[in-house]
Amino acid sequence: MSVDQRGAQEPQGPQVGADEWVARQAHRREYLPSWLGRAQRASERIGWWPRLALAGLAGAVLPSFGLGGFQLQVGIDALVIALLAVGLNIVVGWAGLLDLGFIAFFGFGAYGFALLSSAQIGSAGIHLQAWLSIPIVMVGAAILGLGVGLPSRRLIGDYLAIVTLFLGEAFVEFTNNVAPSKLGGPNGITSIDPIRAFGFQLTTNPGYYYLLVIVLVVTMAVLRLLENSRTGRAWRAVREDPLAAAAMTIPVNRVKLSAFACGAMVAALAGTIYAAQQANVFPTDFDTPILILIYAGLVLGGAGSIAGAATGALVVMVIYDGLLRSPAEAGYLFYGLVLLTVLVKLRPWRRLGVVLAATIAFGFAARAIARAASASAVAGGPGSSGWIARAVRDWVIVPANATVAGNFGFVALICLLIALVQVSSRWRTILLPPTLYLASFVWETRLVTEPSVTRQLMIGAILIVMMNARPQGLLGQRRVEVPA
Amino acid sequence: MSEANQGQSVSAGPGEAVLELDQLSLSFGGLKALSGLDLTVRDREVISVIGPNGAGKTTVFNVITGVYEPSSGDVRFAGQSIAGRAPHVIARAGIARTFQTLRLFMNMSVIENVMAATYGHTKAMPWESVLRLPRARREEREVRTLAEEVLSFFGQRLAGYRWDQPAYSLSYANRRRLEIARALASRPRVLLLDEPAAGMNPAETHEVTELIGRLRDERGVAILVIEHDMHVVAGCSDRVVALDHGVKIAEGGFDQVASHPAVVEAYMGRHPEDLAEAE
Repeated sequence: MSVDQRGAQEPQGPQVGADEWVARQAHRREYLPSWLGRAQRASERIGWWPRLALAGLAGAVLPSFGLGGFQLQVGIDALVIALLAVGLNIVVGWAGLLDLGFIAFFGFGAYGFALLSSAQIGSAGIHLQAWLSIPIVMVGAAILGLGVGLPSRRLIGDYLAIVTLFLGEAFVEFTNNVAPSKLGGPNGITSIDPIRAFGFQLTTNPGYYYLLVIVLVVTMAVLRLLENSRTGRAWRAVREDPLAAAAMTIPVNRVKLSAFACGAMVAALAGTIYAAQQANVFPTDFDTPILILIYAGLVLGGAGSIAGAATGALVVMVIYDGLLRSPAEAGYLFYGLVLLTVLVKLRPWRRLGVVLAATIAFGFAARAIARAASASAVAGGPGSSGWIARAVRDWVIVPANATVAGNFGFVALICLLIALVQVSSRWRTILLPPTLYLASFVWETRLVTEPSVTRQLMIGAILIVMMNARPQGLLGQRRVEVPA
Repeated sequence: MSEANQGQSVSAGPGEAVLELDQLSLSFGGLKALSGLDLTVRDREVISVIGPNGAGKTTVFNVITGVYEPSSGDVRFAGQSIAGRAPHVIARAGIARTFQTLRLFMNMSVIENVMAATYGHTKAMPWESVLRLPRARREEREVRTLAEEVLSFFGQRLAGYRWDQPAYSLSYANRRRLEIARALASRPRVLLLDEPAAGMNPAETHEVTELIGRLRDERGVAILVIEHDMHVVAGCSDRVVALDHGVKIAEGGFDQVASHPAVVEAYMGRHPEDLAEAE
């Protein structure tokens, strides 16, 4: 900050010092540039609950645009994960407790609902109404949450993470091995009742979609009220500085346990709806891969922000479960992201133009050389489908034996990427066209045909980009690290 | 417990002992951090604790506030033993502190920092807050009023337009002020200030001296202050206690303690002639 800038500050309000100027400038910079910032400001002006209601309404009208069965299922899964992320936000985002066993509460909710709404227990089974079984399961989860939270009295940071991870894995082992006649072992529990209450019965996917939208909106509203209450402030104070919190009349251990219990209740709620919608539960549904998705959503959206947690989880799940499963849509995402990154990051414009032109030229040249060398080198077709495939068909090399070439290409791409971040700016410009081309090559020969692996890599790549572009997450608040 | 103490704070006349350290000792393994420390803090009294680095000043605060449990001896607050109690219980009873290395809730807003310190004096359960039941709403109003009141104690320094800014956006001096405001919000009878003037410029240091007097006169708290700046110590103290190696080496008025041979020796080392004599 230079002196002349300080002199230019507006004279309104109380006389302020330099530190105030810095504070206000930081506040201004929180907003995104141009129309995005204006939209952000406008949404801040209308207050939180109309914003939440609008978002809920948008979610509710989405199916009327003609979502197919697959898309609706993606939406349901995304909403379940969003609910879980919002619950995880209590424990991780607010109370600052790295709980890697969180997924077990989801499983507990699902298995709890399954046992209370199926033929598993007793001769005729228990078939409770949902208005009774869901609260029972949630209270049970809260008690379990207190139990799992007990180590947090003594453990913090890495140790708590590992211990809770073991507890989460213990849940999977438990459902796999204990009382197979009741819990079904690896075969899980099947033919679970749908949600039934007061004569209603929820059996269709659109029904579950709407239910989840409502439950998510209500949960977010409840948590918003909690965030700015005595309890919410205590959670965040414990995250910021447990010692100072204790010196300021906050019973740190009790507050931590309450965070665990509240998070567990939200997770169990998600579990009950999940079990009812799926009509069956298996131990593998509650294993670490789902946990990683919840964390990815929370981090991407911004830990500590309710709206961020929900948005991040929805984005991650729609990308992961929806877009990246089909080769055509995965292609849009891949080429779109690469192009966007290049467009945003490469400056000046001249450099951008040169790199793009060079990439295109490089492709045609490389393909011509490869064809001259051997006909089989270009015998394959691109793995993408749709117009992307038509666009790149004469540009990208796809050999007859695409898999082997793709494997080598992948290793070469990693090496190139590592080299790219090491070299100077001029060399980077020179290396960029071959790297982009190689990325496209690897995509068409290998990645697009392996969606299950590719989507993991893509989520990782998105998180890396996010970490660099906006470390606080999509909707998160910038935070300063407080040295312990 | 808090209600009992609030009742006493009304009846307690000036000069009555609120905090008593009785033969307080603390050892870490073989290291004696404190040994046999006696100290009485009376109502509306400002006592400065001085001593060279490592003398055990902050350790005294940590024992009083429950961070450490004393190895032997006792801490009595308003006649009741609080040694070995949990920190939040001691804080709720009426002992608040600030920290030498600032420990604000950096990513919370200024007013949230202060409101968080009222946790122990409020009772609304989470569901009451969510449903906005009468008790929760009343408490929230009271807490907000209290927070605004303690912040306005610092006048323009922590004025209203700063309340919703994150604490990390405050300057160093304002962070120190916010820590004091936060401590006040926990409704203390005894306030422990750990180097409130550290890192401040001369004008701000002078302000701290005045502030300590105002805290005693307007808020009616007893104050135990650790300070290295002798202008502050001379300006605010009713009594000065000097520590060295965990032992009280002098106690009394500022002039008396500042010229005490043991204190001079602790700070400056022995006089060469005395050393020669000792040999």
